[in-house]
Amino acid sequence: MATLIKNAKIATDSWQRLDRATDGSLPSVPATGDVLVSLPLWQAMAGELLGRNGGRLGVWLDGSEDPAQIADSLEALSLVAIHFAQFTDGRGYSTARLLRERHGWKGELRAIGDIQRDQLFYLSRCGFDAFELNDGLDPQGALSAFTDFTEAYQTSVERPLPLFRRRVAEAV
Amino acid sequence: MYLYDAVDQRLVDERVAQFRDQTRRFLAGELSEDNFRPLRLQNGLYIQRFAPMLRVAIPYGLLASRQLRALAHIARKWDRGYGHFSTRQNIQFNWVKLEDVPDILAHLASVQMHAIQTSGNCIRNTTTDHLAGVAPDEIVDPLVWCELIRQWSTFHPEFAYLPRKFKIAVSGAENDRAAIQVHDIGLQALRGANGETGFRVLVGGGLGRTPVIGTAIREFLPWPHLLSYLDAILRVYNRHGRRDNKYKARIKILVRELTPEVFRAQVDAEWAHLKDGPSTLTAAEVGRITQRFTRPQYQKLEALSVHYTQALARERGFANWAGRNVHPHKVPGYAAVTLSLKKTGVPPGDATADQMDAVADLADRYSFGELRVSHEQNLILSDVKQSDLHALWQEAKALGLATPNIGLITNIIACPGGDFCSLANAKSIPVAEAIQRRFDDLDYQHDIGELDLNISGCMNSCGHHHVGHIGILGVDKQGAEFYQISIGGAQGNAAALGKVIGPSFAQDEVPDVIEKLIQTYLARRDSEAERFIDVVRRIGIAPFKEHVYGNADQKRENRNGQLAAA
Repeated sequence: MATLIKNAKIATDSWQRLDRATDGSLPSVPATGDVLVSLPLWQAMAGELLGRNGGRLGVWLDGSEDPAQIADSLEALSLVAIHFAQFTDGRGYSTARLLRERHGWKGELRAIGDIQRDQLFYLSRCGFDAFELNDGLDPQGALSAFTDFTEAYQTSVERPLPLFRRRVAEAV
Repeated sequence: MYLYDAVDQRLVDERVAQFRDQTRRFLAGELSEDNFRPLRLQNGLYIQRFAPMLRVAIPYGLLASRQLRALAHIARKWDRGYGHFSTRQNIQFNWVKLEDVPDILAHLASVQMHAIQTSGNCIRNTTTDHLAGVAPDEIVDPLVWCELIRQWSTFHPEFAYLPRKFKIAVSGAENDRAAIQVHDIGLQALRGANGETGFRVLVGGGLGRTPVIGTAIREFLPWPHLLSYLDAILRVYNRHGRRDNKYKARIKILVRELTPEVFRAQVDAEWAHLKDGPSTLTAAEVGRITQRFTRPQYQKLEALSVHYTQALARERGFANWAGRNVHPHKVPGYAAVTLSLKKTGVPPGDATADQMDAVADLADRYSFGELRVSHEQNLILSDVKQSDLHALWQEAKALGLATPNIGLITNIIACPGGDFCSLANAKSIPVAEAIQRRFDDLDYQHDIGELDLNISGCMNSCGHHHVGHIGILGVDKQGAEFYQISIGGAQGNAAALGKVIGPSFAQDEVPDVIEKLIQTYLARRDSEAERFIDVVRRIGIAPFKEHVYGNADQKRENRNGQLAAA
């Protein structure tokens, strides 16, 4: 079971993941509880999912999936997750920034898949605030990754102004 | 020299601490080799044929004497007493121990240096003209822009796991000495109608397996937009570059598959969102970075030193050296000097720790304590008084650094090749040496005139063979090391990719083949002013081919027969 880190603390995970079965058939939707579904599932079953009486909804995107595809659904969602098939596949970093900076996503943005300690700093700068850490990693040790660096030059979700603009603001 | 401020220093120090912890976890078995690999690569650490190799950044080629002394210290203490200057303004140490690397990085940090992003699938060390700031043909001094790009690219959180490596080069002169047409992004700094600085932006150039000359996607990008436009290019590449095949993952393949027009449209669509955003550069920031560069305090001198001209007239050896290794300077009475790391018998680009210390002393005494590293793998003292040139020449000669061969056939660009590199198909260093020996006679070299000869030990093209007037590529042929030869490549404004002349050769045949190419050139040139590359352009490769293979056909058949029989 992966450890969930949320807002730089170890947290418990209330979300159940839902995808098509291996034979392609649609799963049955639990009546209650928090459900995180793949983009294809969301596109196939949004109506049914939205019709539930209880529980929150989330969608996860794969590296190749364009966040614009859920831009109109964001109001109905409580969680967006981005899946990293391998930690070296960096597309999700751009996806995260687009969701935050272009599509205005303010809710939980979770990194899932191959998530390790040494990527947490950059991931958090790109707007992720939750991380499902790989099995076998020391969660307490991983928390220290958020302070690997105390400053950054560029604009990012975490610090929208680049260092050169903050220097000026601080000097005034 | 750019001087770090407190934040620049803190970030580099924090990087050392981060890598120290990562190394500790790797050695303790808490980090797997697969998971550690991208982390160590982004700190310049390769696992090579015999030992780990550490690649240290020399951002845009600028080096202070105290930094060079630190490199000498590293070579002595943690390596075997020498280092190799690469074609991308880096220095490589070939014999370090993994467990020592955190200490080496800490030592580098103490002199404002690092190995950040010198390898891995990220934005690499930004390179530029080794005569930046001093060349008479300069339109815009690229150094400030290079430092702005260095800061923007350092720990860029979005672009640390790109499809493949990403290299940016900047030129600000009329003549491109930074090879901007063969980089993932090439920036040509220029002046707009009102004298304002801007950039012509090229994308998708590169050497390697699929050599491509870059395409301009913007003719004039006003300077405030430099970083937001780079962000847009990188974002399109990060999202859409191929990740299914590492040989098709460079941006050049994306640009080609989309077509440059479509790629440009995608960048523009992305940029429309980023333009005028917080990354937009301000005059205050450009001014701040400019102020952090120390600049030489030049004396007011005569345009031409009498002392210098007299020495030129008096000593032929000095005049030969000055003719090749001394370059004009925009400040009257000064010159830039190349200290050649291409002495016959020494691997191209290698310098010993003692040479580094000695060059640091020369820099202190003759060139304001600064030097440059060129992509042709030489060291440059950029601000030498003409009246000091003769004294400098004598000292450089004593150090074995005054070979008067810049621009000539023995100024060979070569990668470390199969002697060190685990990627190589074939050795580079002995081939370079054999050619240098063949053409060791200075009069002959000078008679041949300007000629770039570049050697790569494999398709990765670290030795830039595609853009050599003569290019030599190591290939693997039935398990044996062979060499494919191309001619007609060029770097600079008229950058071009060489054409292969025919079947490859065994190592011991290479000097003869080069000799035949040279004979063809000498026989066909219309005057001494017509360079090798000019003749290739004028008459094509066929006459060269004929001369090389005409006699070799029989030999080749014999060898093929032997191989078939074996």
